[in-house]
Amino acid sequence: MRLIRVTKRTEPLGWGSVLVFCAALGLSLSLACAALAVQGVAPLRALALLWEGGFGSVWSLEDSLRKAIPIYLCALGVSFTFRMQIWNIGAEGQFALGAIGAAWAVLTFPHLSAVALLPLMMLSAGAAGAFWALIPALTKVRLGVNEIISTLMLNYIGILLLNYLVYGPWRDPGGRGFPMTMEYPAAAQIGMLGGTRLHWGLVLCVVLSVLAWLFLNKTRLGYEIRASGESLRTARYAFMPYGFLVFLVMGICGMLAGWAGFVETSAVAHRLQPSILVGYGYTAIVVAWVARLKIGPMALAAFLLAGLRVGVEVLQLELRVPAAFGHILEGLVLLTVLAGQFFHYYRLRLEWPGQRAEGR
Amino acid sequence: MKRGVLSMLVAGLAVLALMMVPVAVAAKEIKAGFIYVSPVGDAGWSRAHDDGRRAIEALDGVETTFVESVSEGPDSERVLLNMARRGHNLIFATSFGFMDSVIKVAAQFPDVVFMHCSGYKLAENVGTYFGRMYQPRYLSGMVAGAMTESNILGYVAAFPIPEVIRGINAFTLGAQAVNPDVQVRVVWSSTWYDPALEKEAANSLLDVGADVIAMHQDSPGPQVAAQERGVYSIGYNTDMSAFAPDAHLTAPIWNWSVVYKDVVQQVKDGTWASESIWWGLDRELVGLAPFGPMVPQDIQEAVLAKKEEIRSGETDVFIGPVLDQQGEVRIPEGVRATDEEMLAMDWFVQGVVGATR
Repeated sequence: MRLIRVTKRTEPLGWGSVLVFCAALGLSLSLACAALAVQGVAPLRALALLWEGGFGSVWSLEDSLRKAIPIYLCALGVSFTFRMQIWNIGAEGQFALGAIGAAWAVLTFPHLSAVALLPLMMLSAGAAGAFWALIPALTKVRLGVNEIISTLMLNYIGILLLNYLVYGPWRDPGGRGFPMTMEYPAAAQIGMLGGTRLHWGLVLCVVLSVLAWLFLNKTRLGYEIRASGESLRTARYAFMPYGFLVFLVMGICGMLAGWAGFVETSAVAHRLQPSILVGYGYTAIVVAWVARLKIGPMALAAFLLAGLRVGVEVLQLELRVPAAFGHILEGLVLLTVLAGQFFHYYRLRLEWPGQRAEGR
Repeated sequence: MKRGVLSMLVAGLAVLALMMVPVAVAAKEIKAGFIYVSPVGDAGWSRAHDDGRRAIEALDGVETTFVESVSEGPDSERVLLNMARRGHNLIFATSFGFMDSVIKVAAQFPDVVFMHCSGYKLAENVGTYFGRMYQPRYLSGMVAGAMTESNILGYVAAFPIPEVIRGINAFTLGAQAVNPDVQVRVVWSSTWYDPALEKEAANSLLDVGADVIAMHQDSPGPQVAAQERGVYSIGYNTDMSAFAPDAHLTAPIWNWSVVYKDVVQQVKDGTWASESIWWGLDRELVGLAPFGPMVPQDIQEAVLAKKEEIRSGETDVFIGPVLDQQGEVRIPEGVRATDEEMLAMDWFVQGVVGATR
């Protein structure tokens, strides 16, 4: 009788990770196809439509990229804190605060030109998001409050604050009582890239990715963040400023999530309204972990997940597949890809009993 | 070799060009797309619209599609775009929050007719439609006012927007018409569809003595709460009696097929023009679900008599004197509120316990 033995990997998986990813994707898609076939939907046509809708044309690529932008910015943000093992799940609230910060700039200075207004919105959005993230950082460092609880609770407060503002003082007087601010003037709207439906938020993503990579890999602070994440005790032993680093990563995360809120309201929604909150801050957490906190893979994961969501809409339109199928498919993909990460850290070996492993 | 590449390119372009030719060439065939804010499986808002969609799908030369559970933010713009790109010539956007997206997408597709439910922005190819739900709300208020013993009616409401506030006011006026001592207590759930939370909200109203529960959401949660606690309820959107057979007195309901059939016919005939539709009991866009067996005959008759008066235009709901919560006259004696005033209503009538924020 053979045994399967699990051993810890000493060498990184390298290109094998691509293989694991593809296998996971294949497995989840076949499971989803089986579910469709049971419902009497032609699975291959469904897959073709999913591809077409999410990635198969210039339109769908534009749509998927547009949707990926806020997810990616939030994911980039939370990845900083996760790298230090700070379990910040507050990106949703920081996103809301960023949108509020940007709206404050627009409503306070509605007549500024774009050259002045857009940077001001970016500044106030980043500051508001960072402020929201620094509250749980402070309570963690000073009072030892668990950041999982505090960041989650602050999400609700942030969302309620947004609701209060659009139902109350910031409500559009011409909006017949509906909860939204006035439509932003043209100067407060981020423009499109050439004749496409893509906006300058995409360029912001690229610039921030490069800066994030340089910061993490080429600076002393970046090194300290990574080191503190690997081992807190080593970091303390080396006199790394742990408290300061917590503030730093939380602040960076809040700023990035805040910018996601800024970009989404300024470039896409063109006003502040409760429906800009669709859970990107939570999606970002999954994206960060699926990509194992690496910048390139996070961008890819955000794009693929966005494409999946966009493609499912076309599936609904053409095949009348219920919206719930999208959630099932997404759940299957994330579950298999995350489960596949087992193979990053461990290897399986077949063994005969009695033949004790020599490499232990 | 080069030629092969070139011919492939030409073939590709030809295919692209073919895809861009509007499907509408096949004269008056309607491809209607519906975009819903919630899943259609429920008994609520989107379900009522989907019943309307089915009604027009049964017509000759009409094909329909739908996308459900579309959030009201930026996502809706993409779904509308995809419908327009995929050859739909008539698109129904069935929730208020789709408004900006409809206007943006409609500007890019001047040949597609867009109909937006409950909004207020019009364009050359964008019309709006809604129903005078406050009329059957008033009638359901009469039923509730007649059936209550504690004189406390509970109202589980979604968000303090004019549509919901108007409904609460109409319900209250109806209840006061048959029972001057009645008060209506309002709880905001801040949800459109959350069965568990809306049920809990109903329970909180029952705990303060309400013995009839009315609602303005899309889940039957409050109905279930009333059924379990052995009190009465008023449904909404569709006949919800299946969820609460012993509690369900009646429900103000939607019958969207009236609008949908009319619009489809106009687009087919080429007579469609942008307008704001706001039909009521007169066109049967709104109505009252059948009474439960516990509603006494005389109450049924009184309600139906009132329904006929409103239907014929003899009277309406918001006719003065109507006072607000502070006792200030909002609609003077004998004056009918204008549509503008009703559509922007942000104050409660006297007798409502709750805040409009």
